[in-house]
Amino acid sequence: MTTAPTVAGPALATAVAPRPPRPRRRRTPVTWVRGGGLGTVLFLLPMLAVFLVFSWLPIVQAVVMSVQETNLVTAPVFVGLDNFRAVLADPLLWTAVRNTLWFAFLALLIGYPIPLVAAVLMSEVRRFKGLYSALAYLPVVIPPVVAVLLWKFFYDAGPNGVFNTLLGGVGLGPVPWLQDASTAMFSLVVQATWAAAGGTMIIYLAALTAVAPELYEAAELDGASVWHKVWHVTLPQLRGVLLITFVLQIVGTAQVFLEPFLFTGGGPANSTTTILLLIYDYAFANSLGGDYGAATALSLMLAVVLAVFSAIYFRLTRSWSAG
Amino acid sequence: MSTERGVLSAFDWRRPRVRRTARALHGVLLTLLFVAGLGPMLWLAKAAVTPTQDTLREPLSLWPNGVDFANLATAWTRVQIDRYFLNTVWVATGSWLTQLIVATTAGFALSVLRPRYRGALTAVVLATLFVPAVVLLVPLYLTVVDLSMINTFWAVWLPAGANAFNILLVQRFFDTLPREVFEAARVDGAGPLRLFWSIVLPMSRPILGVVSVFAIIAAWKDFLWPMLVLPDPAVQPLSVRLPALQRFVELDVFLAALAISTVVPVALFLVFQRLFLNGSALGGAVKG
Repeated sequence: MTTAPTVAGPALATAVAPRPPRPRRRRTPVTWVRGGGLGTVLFLLPMLAVFLVFSWLPIVQAVVMSVQETNLVTAPVFVGLDNFRAVLADPLLWTAVRNTLWFAFLALLIGYPIPLVAAVLMSEVRRFKGLYSALAYLPVVIPPVVAVLLWKFFYDAGPNGVFNTLLGGVGLGPVPWLQDASTAMFSLVVQATWAAAGGTMIIYLAALTAVAPELYEAAELDGASVWHKVWHVTLPQLRGVLLITFVLQIVGTAQVFLEPFLFTGGGPANSTTTILLLIYDYAFANSLGGDYGAATALSLMLAVVLAVFSAIYFRLTRSWSAG
Repeated sequence: MSTERGVLSAFDWRRPRVRRTARALHGVLLTLLFVAGLGPMLWLAKAAVTPTQDTLREPLSLWPNGVDFANLATAWTRVQIDRYFLNTVWVATGSWLTQLIVATTAGFALSVLRPRYRGALTAVVLATLFVPAVVLLVPLYLTVVDLSMINTFWAVWLPAGANAFNILLVQRFFDTLPREVFEAARVDGAGPLRLFWSIVLPMSRPILGVVSVFAIIAAWKDFLWPMLVLPDPAVQPLSVRLPALQRFVELDVFLAALAISTVVPVALFLVFQRLFLNGSALGGAVKG
């Protein structure tokens, strides 16, 4: 590491052997300003101000608020762990936890393999590769609100709905999609996968270009088939990225909000109420003033669970990802 | 030539069975991508100029009773999409500027000026990346209420600046700039401001482009936060207003409004495709 260059001399000075030890320059506010310390702070000021007010303080405030009863009118009162107890006693919480786990599981089942398979196939494309990735990425740039409102129309449960017309063409349906508790979550996951797959695929494509060709050549010398090369070279080479996208997907799906909020509002019969929807309801759904204590308590619990999960996950997979 | 290869070798490509399978799979993939990636967009473009009854009765037919371009004009003027569009432009422009100012000044201070406390400060900034956004939701909302920023664009602009990912990207890029240039400029008497404005920023166009495009797209997509802090319809951006409009606007005009809302992000994507698709920004972050 290079040290901050102050004067272009000390390096030479130390090389000359016998010399009386120079008196160490005392650091005073004046030398600090002359040395550019003040200028540095001025450059840091926008970041410090914005992070202090809109990131660091709110994080501290979240912890404080979780043990307080807060509304916008009266002064906050310390209530200990009451907020946590109230949230844990809410029967809707366990419904929300179950729904969120179900969403995460379905999203893994449907959404995890698709970008991987597409990226591996796509990395072998020789012509119009850009067209493939542009088409795959297009859903990612469409504003999520527009995408959800459009898909809501596609999911129309009547026989003239877009998807039901397509299914009717092959003699299936009509499927109730969002209208039925048994199919609603599945419909949400399909749309969420459509919206997110392109982004993950681009990450895999970048990782695939980093696989050393020598590995494939070595496998070929050993007489490996195409399938063997994919299984024994490509996938092991991607495992570092695969491990990370797995954890990112879990952390992301645990915080799913937009799809249940706009598609179903948590219905039918609370079958799509997720943890984030519950947090939103605690804090903002009641126009008379929210239960901010319960909302922050639940969001802190979610954050801690996710942090513990990630820590255990990376600990368990460490040997695997390094080897 | 050998570095260009993937799983399949030149020898594999010469085997008819492998070649045929690969071509067939690629054909299937391309078809699926056209249907899934472009299909919904084309359908929306068609529906934007189709009368409501045709869209409802025969959603997959091409204009059985003619085209209705008036939808677009009605959405733009009578439903006031023009106003919400302008609000979105304001929200995106302000968020973009805030993010750019915060990220470049902080990146410059941490990477080029290198104060003694650089390590500690970088750590507290990057630590915020590990705090899920949901934890911030309520306290941030109350902060904005305390500062009386509700229904002002500042409530969206300023929190957007507290983005550790941008600072990470910019700092990393500045770290790769040749330090000899900075030394030479210092010897020639350039102060930090001059160094920042005339030397570092002009050398950083690629990373500024990446941060800019992602900032604008993210602002265009954002929904929950602007919905909370901009309850007055007069200042709401498209993403917040569209779900409400659905309730009282006729379907054909509503679909036209959806189509209008999609044009800018898709156009940005088509123009700056390489920024999105080379994966350097996202891939670099994921690899840590």
